[in-house]
Amino acid sequence: MNLTLEYHRSPVRYMTTRTATGTSVGGRASGWMAANLSPLRLLNRPEPRLPDAGWTRVRPRLSGICGSDLGLLTGRNSPYLSALISLPFTPGHEVVGDTLDDLPDLPRGSRVVLDPVLGCVPRGLEPCTGCAADQPSRCDHITAGRVSAGMQTGYCADTGGGWSRMFVAHASQLHRVPDTVDDERAVLVEPLACAIHTVRRVPIPDGASVLVVGAGTVGLFTTMALREYTKAGPIYVIARYGHQRERAREVGATEVLTSDRAARALRRATGGFLARPDRGSEYLLGGVDLAFDCTAGSGLDTALRVTRAGGTVVMSGMPNAGVDLTPLWFRELNLVGAYCSSGHDFPDALALAQSAPLTGYVDAVYPLSRWRDAIGHASAAGRLGSVKVAFDPTKDQ
Amino acid sequence: MSRPGFVLEVDERTPALLMHEGEGFRLEKLPLGSRVIYPPESLPGLRDLDAQIRHALANPLGREPLHELLRPGMRLTIVFDDLSIPLPPMRTPDIRQRIIEQVLELAAANGVDDVELIAGNALHRRMTPAELKRTVGERVFRSFFPHHLRNHDAEDKANLAEIGTTRHGEVVEINKRAAESDLIVYVNVSLTAMSGGPKSVSVGLASYRSLKHHHNVHTLRHSKSFNDPPNSAMHHSYNRMAGLLGDNLNIFQIETTLNNETFPDYVGFLNKREWEWNLKDQAAYLAFKRANDLAPPKHRRQIWHRTAAPYGVTSVTAGDPIQVHEVTTRHVLRQQLTEVDGPADVGIFGLPYICPYNVNSIMNPILVMSLGLGYFFNLYRGQPIVRPGGVAIYYHPVRNEFHPVHHPSYIDFFEEVLAETTDPVAIETKFEEQFATDPWYIHLYRNSYAYHGVHPLYMWYWGAHAMEHLGDVIFVGGNRKTTQRMGFRSASTLDDALEMARERVGSSPSINYLHAPPLTMADVR
Repeated sequence: MNLTLEYHRSPVRYMTTRTATGTSVGGRASGWMAANLSPLRLLNRPEPRLPDAGWTRVRPRLSGICGSDLGLLTGRNSPYLSALISLPFTPGHEVVGDTLDDLPDLPRGSRVVLDPVLGCVPRGLEPCTGCAADQPSRCDHITAGRVSAGMQTGYCADTGGGWSRMFVAHASQLHRVPDTVDDERAVLVEPLACAIHTVRRVPIPDGASVLVVGAGTVGLFTTMALREYTKAGPIYVIARYGHQRERAREVGATEVLTSDRAARALRRATGGFLARPDRGSEYLLGGVDLAFDCTAGSGLDTALRVTRAGGTVVMSGMPNAGVDLTPLWFRELNLVGAYCSSGHDFPDALALAQSAPLTGYVDAVYPLSRWRDAIGHASAAGRLGSVKVAFDPTKDQ
Repeated sequence: MSRPGFVLEVDERTPALLMHEGEGFRLEKLPLGSRVIYPPESLPGLRDLDAQIRHALANPLGREPLHELLRPGMRLTIVFDDLSIPLPPMRTPDIRQRIIEQVLELAAANGVDDVELIAGNALHRRMTPAELKRTVGERVFRSFFPHHLRNHDAEDKANLAEIGTTRHGEVVEINKRAAESDLIVYVNVSLTAMSGGPKSVSVGLASYRSLKHHHNVHTLRHSKSFNDPPNSAMHHSYNRMAGLLGDNLNIFQIETTLNNETFPDYVGFLNKREWEWNLKDQAAYLAFKRANDLAPPKHRRQIWHRTAAPYGVTSVTAGDPIQVHEVTTRHVLRQQLTEVDGPADVGIFGLPYICPYNVNSIMNPILVMSLGLGYFFNLYRGQPIVRPGGVAIYYHPVRNEFHPVHHPSYIDFFEEVLAETTDPVAIETKFEEQFATDPWYIHLYRNSYAYHGVHPLYMWYWGAHAMEHLGDVIFVGGNRKTTQRMGFRSASTLDDALEMARERVGSSPSINYLHAPPLTMADVR
């Protein structure tokens, strides 16, 4: 049997969690809400079957808890995505584990990381336009093929996910991990690949001023990727907590700001005028050349307000907050989405994981049986001084 | 006959003493032996003020009577001190209104048509139309505003004129309209010995390019004190500039001084020495303090800022700026100067709700610093009331609050600059040009009601002499984080503050308390 955390269909629990976390009081207790009210349960299921010859079973060593997972559990993720999943499913798409079956070029027992996108190749379909262009994150066929609907592993009923003792993955999704990369670093490769993909979504001129909104895992990795793969000029990072500020500086931030000071500080740094509307936040006439929202949408408003006219705002992370788009129109901004990874992002992330200062990023590891504690910890990770909270299913007896 | 200034030595019979602390006050028992420096009792105001003004204009010092200087076809510019003086603002009619009205009557009688009025606000915020009206009066305001009554604009490059350069290389650049006038009439109110005289035109109508020659750390550290012009490097610079202006322009100076009637009758106890409070004063104290403490902060601020002082005018002098100012200074010192026998280990100052730069506004932490370590610390002649390396104890809540319209660059200065350094020289070196030339600050100074971008730095320099002189600065009742950001400390009570000061001044320090307001200037021997 396979011990697994399963997200199942429960409109009552979904609506209760969504409604409760939508209030200011509930929002502050979102970790408790997600852990106790969401439609997530721990149970034993039969081991997953292999969909086809190109697949293998994977036994996770570590499986991270991502912001999008928390958005799922708090009901904050957009209903837009409900057509792209199949229930019940096991979450978990940031995984390092061991393969249990032999595959060509990937013998059983290989230590691998998972590229979770379920594009045309794993689905056994003729490549769509996106997949043909080596951009499986843009796959149009994520609801078709030999496995059920699911934009990635961790949202698909047939594949299982990382929050279990076992799931299945296609050979094209797996990347062998060098011995020099330990499990704590390897589990960070997927978010690192996303960050690399994010900074590659737009041309970044040499010396351009850049703002990164948020200094959780996504924000820190985006800053890291900006320094590694671009010649951006000053990088300003908005961070909420002390440890985030320190880490942001460590990975290359020029200056770290608090959100309430961001507009004024960026005006001083980049020039321009500060405007104060009758209602709502201050904004800049002027500002940074590019902004990356790494807050799952809550910081998008800030990004739009402090980017110069004609500048670019990139959304990284699954958005779950509304925003006033007036600056987008008035300042003629370019709003760009960045989802998952493609092309060389994953191999590059594996390489970066070997050298990047990632020590201590995974500092809280829980067995599946303590999933409520883990979810609560991940929801308050910033406040508690953590970056990444992960499950270690091997700890469950 | 008013009684002279007085130094009280606290003994067991001394009552608790009044201590201002922002928009509030308290009674505080000082340690035995503490010396309390009181100003001379308020001097009587002039009777028949209009006649005194008329007399001054007709009998100026070192100049022809004003009416003889006025002729048809000439350009006349009347410049007046802005809202930073006096403090609190005086009851209407303002003395400036009375003088301006008489000057305008003389101008009209002598056929002068080309008349402009300019507020000498330098890098201060523009006065609002209501503030201008309150200062010059309804009649003048209605006749001249907005085209011929306006604020000086130190960033209007097209309307600045360079007069020349002093022998010390100081560029003198002032308002072009004034520079090209046949006659400048400057209407002044002198509340402290630093105001008026050579400072009036050279500062009030100047540009940043000109002001930076004396508003800098070096000059302020060598102004000991800036309320004692002969020993003030700042005034030496003013004098050089005024000399150049005198050689090139025709300036008729009208200066006035005020007495120490700082607070209106309903808080008249604030003007009195504590042991002379009668029953009515004691009841007023209890009632007003209770009401003040219970009032919501916004309401409390409004009440204080609506307070108008019932000042009496103690002198009106007109004529040559240098000769006039000598008379003015004598009058100021007669009202404020009190002899003190040497400095003490600890100086205590109660800081009130107002300073020159928060009229109708908020006293932000930078302004608290400039009021305490700048204005109040420098209310001395000879030497400070605190010995070198001694401790200054101030009373003020030092709240982290700013007026976003009036003080935008102050917010950035507090958050960004002070987070990096509090050293005036380092601040001047790294940040002055940035703040002075920032286009947004300039825009707000010119078009909104903001102080110039460089103004918070000037306020910081204002305290540079005190920061160099003092061993420690403690704010009783001060917000801990805010005082810490400025490099100071906070204490809950005076006892705590003295305990904290112990490492610097020992367990039985000598104490001088400058009892102000009303303003007191210590003549420390």
